[in-house]
Amino acid sequence: MTQAFAATATSEASKDRSQLRQKRMIADHFDKLARAKEEGKKVVYTFVPGNVTELLGALDLLPVLPEINALQSGMRGRSAGYIAEAEKAGHSEDVCTYVKCDIGMLKSGNIGPTGQKLPPPDLLLLSYTGCFTFLKWFELLKQEYQCPVVLLHVPYQTEGTISPEMRTYVVEQIEREVIPALERVAGRKLDRDELSRRLSLSAQAETDLVRVWESARHRPSPIDGYFGGVYYVGPIFSSFRGTEDAALYYSELRQEVEERAALGQGPATPDGSMAEERYRLVVEGPPNWTSFYDFWRMFSREGAVVVASTYTRVGGLYDTGFRHDPARPLESLAEYCMGCYTNLGLPKRLELLERYVKEYEADGFLINSVKSCNSFSVGQLLLQRKLEERTGVPGGFIESDLVDPRYFGKANIENRVQSFLQMLAGRKNRGRT
Amino acid sequence: MTIDPAAPVLDRARALAEDVTLRGVERWKRVNPGRLAVGYMPIYAPRPLLEAIGCLPVAIFGAGDSLDVIRGDSYFQSYICRIPRSTIELALGGHFAALDGMLFPSICDVIRNLGGMFKLLFPDLYTSYLDLPQNFDREVGGKFFALELRRIARELRERGALPLEPDRLRAAIDTENARRRALARLDSVRQREPWRLRATEAYLAVRAGAALEAAAHTELLEELLAFVERRPARVVDNVRVVLAGSFCEQPPFDLIVALEKAGCDIVDDDFQLGLRMIEGDIVVGPDENPVDALARAYLERGRATASRYIANEEKGAKLVQTVRDCNADGVIFAAASFCDPALLDQPMLEAALRTAGIPHTSFKFSENTGQFQVIREQAGAFSDAVKLWGAAS
Repeated sequence: MTQAFAATATSEASKDRSQLRQKRMIADHFDKLARAKEEGKKVVYTFVPGNVTELLGALDLLPVLPEINALQSGMRGRSAGYIAEAEKAGHSEDVCTYVKCDIGMLKSGNIGPTGQKLPPPDLLLLSYTGCFTFLKWFELLKQEYQCPVVLLHVPYQTEGTISPEMRTYVVEQIEREVIPALERVAGRKLDRDELSRRLSLSAQAETDLVRVWESARHRPSPIDGYFGGVYYVGPIFSSFRGTEDAALYYSELRQEVEERAALGQGPATPDGSMAEERYRLVVEGPPNWTSFYDFWRMFSREGAVVVASTYTRVGGLYDTGFRHDPARPLESLAEYCMGCYTNLGLPKRLELLERYVKEYEADGFLINSVKSCNSFSVGQLLLQRKLEERTGVPGGFIESDLVDPRYFGKANIENRVQSFLQMLAGRKNRGRT
Repeated sequence: MTIDPAAPVLDRARALAEDVTLRGVERWKRVNPGRLAVGYMPIYAPRPLLEAIGCLPVAIFGAGDSLDVIRGDSYFQSYICRIPRSTIELALGGHFAALDGMLFPSICDVIRNLGGMFKLLFPDLYTSYLDLPQNFDREVGGKFFALELRRIARELRERGALPLEPDRLRAAIDTENARRRALARLDSVRQREPWRLRATEAYLAVRAGAALEAAAHTELLEELLAFVERRPARVVDNVRVVLAGSFCEQPPFDLIVALEKAGCDIVDDDFQLGLRMIEGDIVVGPDENPVDALARAYLERGRATASRYIANEEKGAKLVQTVRDCNADGVIFAAASFCDPALLDQPMLEAALRTAGIPHTSFKFSENTGQFQVIREQAGAFSDAVKLWGAAS
């Protein structure tokens, strides 16, 4: 996601040090992956929610995240072909398009977002967090690769709380199954001090990221917490949490955002800085990737800024206080996994949305319901009703998909977004009179 | 005219199977004042545990094609399967008034989030997610699941259920095992002489137990089995098929009838799998706590199905084995539209069948599908192809 952003964002945004750093980090990572086999590096495929990147890093293992590859394929206009490839191979039109995009990419040569071939996995680390499809996805990949699989089953936070039994279950799996499996692949024992050092770097980055999110309380908001937000979460969601690079990235990003806020600047958009903030929105649900910039412009050109979003919390929810803790390494990894947004029960999700609407003084909220993701989508129509009841703020509802362009009806979505924003404008005008 | 001695018990089973508005549960509660009725969504819930604490377990499969879903549809996008829609419709229509609680086992994200919707829509109803373990190590996943089971018993105790006592649970497991043996005999008759007990009849007999205590269900099954042995039957030369993919949302009953009319003897299936989720008896060791035994049975004897992670076994190996054990000619995949577990599993199972040279075909359904002609023709063509050439065309 970040590369595509870097390639097409404005010249102003491209001057940001953080953005240049992120671009370099990603390029370096894919270079390492491309050279992995010749250099004897081991590769672990895993998922974004509930990832244990610090563990992989401490064992010098290179992560590959299939969801990131799928969304990159969506942004690069490749996903339609990959999905067609998977459907021809017998995958149903009804199921998750991330999975089909990944399977299609694999069958088409497994060329990654930088144009380099991705190495096959030495291990599939199935972090089963908040999404049932993950189980099936790695069962499918297991059929394609002759490599071991290790499962980390993360219990669901149905009540929005973590019981000691849940924590113990995850810690025991990490201790007894995940670490030994990673050590076997790495060919060495885990250095616990190195793990703690990485967790400390993670916590540092997480604090800076929370400050970035909280900057959206300013008027105008110096960030877009959804479209811009997917760019901000790139390093922490993917391969870089627990690295010096990521810590520096978030430190720089925080400084840049604070400067923007101090100067009264609005967020970066595909067309430059937003000149006037007219609407403040909260967004629930993932973005569409195949028409990402078209989708973004539907908002940015109308002066609509997203002050908080839930999608940017699927790889970790830090603004409720959680931090990775070097003093409690496995326990805090377990708590991280269980705390990812889609691993929370609907009442907790509603509570979080309500908090965002109120704390960020949103004029409205919008739900982008994606066909591919039942984990997000089931219950969203009820969330909309309940959130309107609790906040008195109106909600809009649109439907699209993650990476299947057949489900992004631009004119229809644009009509809906414009109607929603016009309704918000009407409310604001009535409020003034 | 020949009188079928099994007809009265099958009529009774049909009435029970069609009772989606839970009038039987209301009757049970009148007869058993103070006791709780606890609904659960597919696939699996620990029925003996519920019975041991004095609760009536009630398997909920939505409303099938028996109800016009109006309000339920307004809560779900078009790309979500049907079972949550009709379940919400039933609940909003007051048909779950007899239930004191609802369990939502971890089968997929839809059922999981449906549990959250129940929490928001019916805050006074006890609702709980049942996190079935995907780690099958007794010391890790087993320990976690046993704690889950104890949690549910404890929370229901707070709502008026009996305390969980080992002796009562042992007795409930014994009763459940008797039911399981009766179900196994039913399967055995169907596999041996499918013309003597049709899949549709077996379906009704199993579904009748959705809201019966194990002992009452066993009684009904035994009664049916006794009559089945004596009923006049004519051997029919159909193809023998295993049906896979219908473990959660159920096809309309008439769709199963249509498959039979198309010349298919369904000799094994995963319809309403919950009652048969654990293969064989639940065995409690001499010094074993029965809660741990119940958890262990799930880990070690849980049936291979799409919502259960297959760790080390070959994917599809179990289905191939079932086909061979049943001496079946082929497999019909019948998955509900938008059923992620079944539809994501299907390509892997099909690959295993191809490798094993087993013919197969597939279609999708919805619980309220009203047109069966296309499916009947497809099943008929499959049946003919298997009979003529031993493989699907």
